[in-house]
Amino acid sequence: MDLDREEQAILDGEFGETRRKMMELLVGLGTVFGAERLVPITSAQVSGASYKTIGRWGLEWLEGLDARAVVPTVLNPIGMDRHRWREMGIPEEFAGKQEEVVAAYERLGIRLECTCTPYYLTNTSFGEHLAWAESSAVSYANSVIGARTNREGGPGALAAAIIGKTPYYGLHIFKNRQPQIGFSLDEPTALQGAADYGALGHLTGGMAGNRIPIFFGIRPNRDHLKALGAAMAATGAVALYHVDGITPEARLPTLRREVDETIEIRIAEVREVFSAVEVDAIAVGCPHLSPAELEHLAGLLGGKSVKKPFFVFAAAGVIAENRAAVNRIEASGARVYADTCVVVSPALDRFDAIMVNSGKALAYVPTMCGAVARIGSLEECVAVATA
Amino acid sequence: MITKGRGIARGSATGNLLISDAPISFLSGVDPETGTIIEDGHPLKGESIAGRIFAFPHGKGSTVGSYVIYALARNGRAPAAIINEEAEPIIATGAIIAGIPMIDHLDLPLSDLPDGASVSVDADAGTVSWEG
Repeated sequence: MDLDREEQAILDGEFGETRRKMMELLVGLGTVFGAERLVPITSAQVSGASYKTIGRWGLEWLEGLDARAVVPTVLNPIGMDRHRWREMGIPEEFAGKQEEVVAAYERLGIRLECTCTPYYLTNTSFGEHLAWAESSAVSYANSVIGARTNREGGPGALAAAIIGKTPYYGLHIFKNRQPQIGFSLDEPTALQGAADYGALGHLTGGMAGNRIPIFFGIRPNRDHLKALGAAMAATGAVALYHVDGITPEARLPTLRREVDETIEIRIAEVREVFSAVEVDAIAVGCPHLSPAELEHLAGLLGGKSVKKPFFVFAAAGVIAENRAAVNRIEASGARVYADTCVVVSPALDRFDAIMVNSGKALAYVPTMCGAVARIGSLEECVAVATA
Repeated sequence: MITKGRGIARGSATGNLLISDAPISFLSGVDPETGTIIEDGHPLKGESIAGRIFAFPHGKGSTVGSYVIYALARNGRAPAAIINEEAEPIIATGAIIAGIPMIDHLDLPLSDLPDGASVSVDADAGTVSWEG
């Protein structure tokens, strides 16, 4: 790889052992992926935040590092709300180890936000280069914002945060961002809320695999796009997709719209993803809810009380800035938790069947929670919870 | 003999070569306490990689495997160096955070290396060498 003088000096150890190691990691990964150089990034999101995943060796590695992130950096969701873990029924020992991991990241200058929606906390703009790790965040950044990130691994994203650069390859390069498979719908206007788009993503992710899809004829808003991309990143390996005329790069004349294959999805196939199975809990906020989604839910739950456990997940910073909506939701008996989610928290393991409004959660709940999963709209989730 | 490759993780080491013709997952495939290969069905199951120059095609499995390589190094049971046909991120990350010299893309196929013999890896120079 071509390194500039400063990069070479870091690699030679002139800025300390941790930065030397982090630069070695970026250069090593860049070599593996065929990158010719590094590119500066504006933010990072680090995975490997859960003690369950990285274990005592991962924790020991983190605790041995001595440097600070030079760009705004957040963490992936962890197994619990950092302040309300007792209420979630998280064992004391797990919470203690999890706090050690979080503290190790804090010492490295990482903001203690554990979220899959960093884009609600730090302004992220079209064309910026990022080093993000969580699959739905990567999809949103690339597709909905038009920023550029590969899906980073834990140590690679941390190295990028500390150096402020990442290897320039893959989705950082415009020519690698062209669509490779098309999807259209027989009745595009039949798609209503985020759950419909989640179900569509659940269907199409597997068909796309690791190809870049372009959708024709649909008109989703940003929250719908979030649901669509998260589901495709779960059932497929989709890190970028386009919606013709809607997503930023698909409004550019430079995007190629001719693809080898376009598959027509029937709305009946989308409907088949939905079921009416009996559930014993409801979980929404996968990915973490936007301010608009919190408002919407507060309106639906206002004045009602839930008869089944109702979990709501959002970023701590979003909860703090939307306190009124959160209070209205919690007045119904539902709980709004930060830092964690239905997929990574052990708190939902005790349920047999969980209703979600997310195509991503629909894909992960059976294996991650050992429960049957049912998808429904936010309105249906509230109806089932309050019946 | 000397063959050229591509350095991935810096450093150099000498040790007895252990060649695997199968890829390996370090998570649940290698015991981090002993350095023994424990993956069911792996052709080298029961062999120790500790202190060896470990040559295998590439990694597979979970990214948590990187931390297992780090654990092996902390326990003094890591390979002395790693040779891959084609490096991928799990093994490259593990080798770099554990400080294990690593090289890939040799001019020779792995099967042409002298299995069991003493070889030297110099990842900074990008070479593998041995007597004979």
